[in-house]
Amino acid sequence: MNVAVCVKQIPDPAAPGSLDPTTKNLVRGGKLILDDSDAYGVEIALQLAESSGGGEVTLVSMAPNGETSGLRTALAMGASKAVLVSDGKLAGSDALGTARVLAEAIKRVSPDLVLAATESTDGYTGTTPVQVAELLGMPSVTFAKKIEVDGNSIKVERQTEAGYDEVSCPLPAVVTVTAGVVEPRYPSFKGIMAAKSKPVDQLDVAGLGLSDSQVGSTGAGQEVFEVQDAPQRDVGEIVEDDGEGYAKVVSFLENLKLI
Amino acid sequence: MGIGRVWVFGELAEGKPTTTTLELIEGAKSLGASSVEVVLHGPEVDGALGVLGGTGVSKVYNVGDLGDALVGAPIAAAIAGQIESGNSPDSILFGATYDGRDVAARLSAKISKGVITNCIGLEAQGDTIVASHALFGGSQIAKSKFTGAGPWLFVVRAKTFSAPESLGEASVESQSISVPDLGATGAAMVINRHVEERSGPKLDEAPIVVSGGRGLGQSEHYAMIEELAKLLNGAPGASRAIVDAGWVPYAYQVGQTGKTVKPTVYIACGISGATQHMVGMKGSKNIIAINKDKDAPIFTICDLGIVGDVHKVLPALIDALKNR
Ligand SMILES: Cc1cc2nc3c(=O)[nH]c(=O)nc-3n(C[C@H](O)[C@H](O)[C@H](O)COP(=O)(O)OP(=O)(O)OC[C@H]3O[C@@H](n4cnc5c(N)ncnc54)[C@H](O)[C@@H]3O)c2cc1C
Repeated sequence: MNVAVCVKQIPDPAAPGSLDPTTKNLVRGGKLILDDSDAYGVEIALQLAESSGGGEVTLVSMAPNGETSGLRTALAMGASKAVLVSDGKLAGSDALGTARVLAEAIKRVSPDLVLAATESTDGYTGTTPVQVAELLGMPSVTFAKKIEVDGNSIKVERQTEAGYDEVSCPLPAVVTVTAGVVEPRYPSFKGIMAAKSKPVDQLDVAGLGLSDSQVGSTGAGQEVFEVQDAPQRDVGEIVEDDGEGYAKVVSFLENLKLI
Repeated sequence: MGIGRVWVFGELAEGKPTTTTLELIEGAKSLGASSVEVVLHGPEVDGALGVLGGTGVSKVYNVGDLGDALVGAPIAAAIAGQIESGNSPDSILFGATYDGRDVAARLSAKISKGVITNCIGLEAQGDTIVASHALFGGSQIAKSKFTGAGPWLFVVRAKTFSAPESLGEASVESQSISVPDLGATGAAMVINRHVEERSGPKLDEAPIVVSGGRGLGQSEHYAMIEELAKLLNGAPGASRAIVDAGWVPYAYQVGQTGKTVKPTVYIACGISGATQHMVGMKGSKNIIAINKDKDAPIFTICDLGIVGDVHKVLPALIDALKNR
């Protein structure tokens, strides 16, 4: 079974992000890393490819400046190859523009299954994968915590408000996985060495057959026009527990007439 | 022209509109929409019409019972069908729910219109709707708007608007709308539903939420959180760290990828205060934090902070409450 995994390469979340003050686009300086949320999709894809008796895991990514450092991490985990779409015209793309790019790139791979994270760590719109599914004419199952392949279809456990649903879905399909459901493997030294020579197919907007008006800030049809610091909460009383800390909590709740 | 017609993707639970649905209806009204209309599905739509009428909406579109199909594709196709046939709203509001996000995303791709997600505020400015959303885990607020023609799609986080305290009943016009042929996109079917039982008030409606994090040390210690929540008639919650670790089900998670809560008091026990956690509870009226690290970020947003060990503070607190 061949699996395509949409992966995002993002600025290190440990370093606080920022928006460009004039364009209001996310500043993407420095080295990009593999979005943690995507490591789960990569892991599941590798497991499914292995358990179905072989098949390839292909990464699909859109990133500025031909950035591959995050892709190399996923290749080192065991993915076979990557398709990377990079083009200055993509700056300022919204979720739909991104989905158009990913969908076109995925078409070149013709996978049996497309995996993505439920949402990215930095942008977290949470809509791109389902937009990809619609553009590819595929069914989709979001919030998956478990995926099993059953011949030409998959069985997915999908988180719900009340618990979870078992969902059956024919392939090809798009599935978004939630974090924490598997333990992503650490790349081995051998994996890291092998990743250096794995193929990364680089494409641009024209190469995908998309027009400039479908992507980037022109295609977005929405703009961020103001960014402010969120209002700060005033910090209240901080006390060191001397054995009586609990009493502070009791009187706080009493003052609010909650007890 | 003003804000025009606003549709709400509504959801029912046990035959009644969900809190999120009622919040979105209030939101649509607060924008000064010329009419607020709700798209509903399921076998119980007719029974919910009275309550919906009571909220002041002017029309309900009934997509009918979707059986076991996942709702994203059929609802999006039904709405797209209306838009194509000339019955187009100017904006559509979706809750940031499992199904709300699916419908919004499908519809967006179907009608080639963008969607603004994670809204924590919507405001009318002339003929435009300005959406606020939290960036970088809530440390910054961005305002955005659509630059092109509608329908404009907004996915709104829970608790952005307040649902009315009491609900009346009134009649409302209802119209059936059909689902066009979905081809492969409609093929995902639910074959089994699993419900995880929870007692006590719902996490996102409880006046007091007591949440536990990795600082509890091990899964058995979560019992202290449950006991404290019970004593206070509140709901137990959790950070993602302990949901990922399998101590409690996902339904307990508070934060960016979990629930948004705004209780009267939020008590964070052994939770560091990662931005992704805080974005889900920052709006609480009062925040109490218990953490042994005086530099934990949670202390920068709390009204009362106890720098101490949860294994000492919580048992003492539980005892004190029991002895009252
Ligand atoms: C895309 C994305 C989405 C996310 N969404 C969410 C989300 O929705 N909700 C969420 O919660 N997180 C979310 N996270 C994870 C988040 O970044 C943090 O990793 C998580 O919130 C940490 O949980 P924690 O505070 O329990 O654990 P930690 O950060 O490990 O904190 C444990 C705390 O316990 C304290 N402690 C330890 N022992 C004791 C003791 N004996 N007594 C008192 N205090 C003690 C420590 O000082 C520490 O501050 C998300 C992350 C990503 C990347």
